[in-house]
Amino acid sequence: MPTSPEPGRPDPETTTLARGPDGRPVSDRGDTVCVIGAGASGLTAVKNLAEHGFGVDCYERETGVAGAWNWRHDRSPVYASTHLISSRPFTQFPDFPMPDHWPDYPHHSQLLSYFERYADHFDLRRHIWFGTEVVRVEPVGDDRWDVTTRSTGGYGPERTSRYAAVVIANGHNWSPKLPRYEGLEQFRGEVMHASSYKDSAQLRGKRVLVVGAGNTGCDIAVEAAQQASRCWHSTRRGYWYAPKYVFGRPADQVNDLLLALRVPLRVRQWLYHRTLRLTVGDLTRFGLPKPDHRVYETHPIANSLLVYHVGHGTITPVPDIARFHPHSVELTDGRQIDPELVVFATGYLPRFEFLDGKILGDDEGVGRPRLWLNALVPDHPTLAVTGLVQPDSGIFPLAHWQAVLFARLLATRASRPERAAAFAAQVRAGAGERYSGQVKDSTRHWFEVGHADYLRALERALRELESK
Amino acid sequence: MRSWEWARPVRPVRREVLSAVPELEEGRPPLLLVPGFGHGAWAYAENWLGHVAARGFSAYAMSLRGHGGSAPAPEATLRAYAHDVVQVAAGLPRRAVLVGHGAGALVVAHAMARYPAQAAVLVAPVFGGWATFGTALRRNPFGTLPAVFGAGLRLNRRQLFSGELPEADARRHAGRLGRAARRAQWQLLTGTDPEPAVGDPPVLVLGSPDDRVVPAAALNRAARRYASAPLLFPGMGHDLMLDARWREPIDAILDWLIKNPGRDDLG
Repeated sequence: MPTSPEPGRPDPETTTLARGPDGRPVSDRGDTVCVIGAGASGLTAVKNLAEHGFGVDCYERETGVAGAWNWRHDRSPVYASTHLISSRPFTQFPDFPMPDHWPDYPHHSQLLSYFERYADHFDLRRHIWFGTEVVRVEPVGDDRWDVTTRSTGGYGPERTSRYAAVVIANGHNWSPKLPRYEGLEQFRGEVMHASSYKDSAQLRGKRVLVVGAGNTGCDIAVEAAQQASRCWHSTRRGYWYAPKYVFGRPADQVNDLLLALRVPLRVRQWLYHRTLRLTVGDLTRFGLPKPDHRVYETHPIANSLLVYHVGHGTITPVPDIARFHPHSVELTDGRQIDPELVVFATGYLPRFEFLDGKILGDDEGVGRPRLWLNALVPDHPTLAVTGLVQPDSGIFPLAHWQAVLFARLLATRASRPERAAAFAAQVRAGAGERYSGQVKDSTRHWFEVGHADYLRALERALRELESK
Repeated sequence: MRSWEWARPVRPVRREVLSAVPELEEGRPPLLLVPGFGHGAWAYAENWLGHVAARGFSAYAMSLRGHGGSAPAPEATLRAYAHDVVQVAAGLPRRAVLVGHGAGALVVAHAMARYPAQAAVLVAPVFGGWATFGTALRRNPFGTLPAVFGAGLRLNRRQLFSGELPEADARRHAGRLGRAARRAQWQLLTGTDPEPAVGDPPVLVLGSPDDRVVPAAALNRAARRYASAPLLFPGMGHDLMLDARWREPIDAILDWLIKNPGRDDLG
């Protein structure tokens, strides 16, 4: 695999200058690969590409690594009490374990230190341009890409470099999704999205309505139960609230034990329902709606405390919001409540503002690209998206294997073009494939994957790439 | 897919890690020295640790669980030992070179499937198997046979050291030997082959033709697994780091590391 002699910074003196279509100079970076973002997925892309012998330039708009997990970053959705939802073995990179004396569910500050150590251990920072944001990514034929960057905030001149391949790892938890409600503009109380929620002091002594039963919504509801004077929790449907521990071990480890034993889904669902029934019991007697789906059909919610607080009366479960009035909120069952603060924990949408939506097959521009393995782009064999998965487990091992697959694919393109071409046909055929059992459709669930199904699919793809 | 491992994480233990860091950091990769069964970090602290640091590499020597100064672990398996190595390696400031001696080399081979080492060095590797067992049985039947039934594998001085090492030193070292967990010992015979290494690290195998634990054939087999030939140090016993001429193998290892960048990001 040919590499550029100095895989560090692009240096205009040593690289050949080409002219872009609009006549601006483009510095040609040869076989170097561009990685957009130095968060968890970006870091593992940099590491694996470098390990496969590629030169890598990584652009990061912030001044540090770890993206969403560094809560000083302005796009970080992390709040002071964020802890992991999946336990340690599922969340660490497969080749760089977290210290085994850490708790089962580490705090977000530990995650930050983990990513910083990952970057230092594998000497990744020398590949990363901090404080640089990507403005445009354009295909230029021959499967190469022009990447235009500038300093974060729009200062300084733009500069365009040509790359052999691009990995998009810009994250999907930073562009808030706000639902529309009738009369929301007239509402006199305070309204915020969970992305701007940082600290439970923001809730202290207030009457709070938390909307959304994702893991964030549940966390905020639990904090509101302890801090606020009143807490309502509005959900569209009933959910299964999984405890973080069952049978004396982290619940996801028990689940994977069943997966390792190849217990079929129906049996696992039955066991799950049975276990919940035996531990927390029937949730409808607290006034929570009955789930309209079986467990494993929506993104799992792991929160032992929500039900606890509902049982203590500090959280009042309420149905969906019908409309807002200036001083109150009307619910779908006709009740009126009067919160001072409404927190929308309604999730995020993936956004690729630097890229023409058509390239990712997202024709309507709604942040819903058509990809294979949620990573590879049909008709653009040198473009990949990593970390765009919503697994029922930790995301980082998945991003790691995505990066490995893409690095091997690029290596195969050079060594065995015919094999890579066959693989590209497969990418086209498989675009839009799903890797989970039946799930409820929503803007969040389209990239929901079952980690076991997904990793098996990735493993198959890696094998096929290696085969003759 | 490693559902089975994810579902049953290895229990954390206190691990002994001795270190010697050079006065001047030269950007060279750190060495993590992994001792074999029965040995602890002390085996390296005796000679190699200081010598490695004197040559400008930072050196770390660890004790596997149940050995040396690490917490006791009578039920440990090879997986737990490999876990220990990966944990210590991932805790070092930079990507490490793994050096494994004896059965520690097998542990390192397992660890390499879980951690992309900078490079790996297998010193007199014991990869187990029946041939090695036969040799041990022939040389030291009373130390080996009880191990089959779960007792500690005992190695005597004549197996470990050459005649050049003063008798008093040999006696002192042999007296410090501990034992590995019985399940890990059985795995030497029955365990599965290590998975392929991740990150494609260069591997150096070295040993002694006069080793009374590792037969020359086993040494060649181990080297062939990594597509190389073993580097030989005639006249030395199994414990190359404690023997009288300990300086030769470690110098060879460091020279190899300096000469063989292996991967292009090695400074």
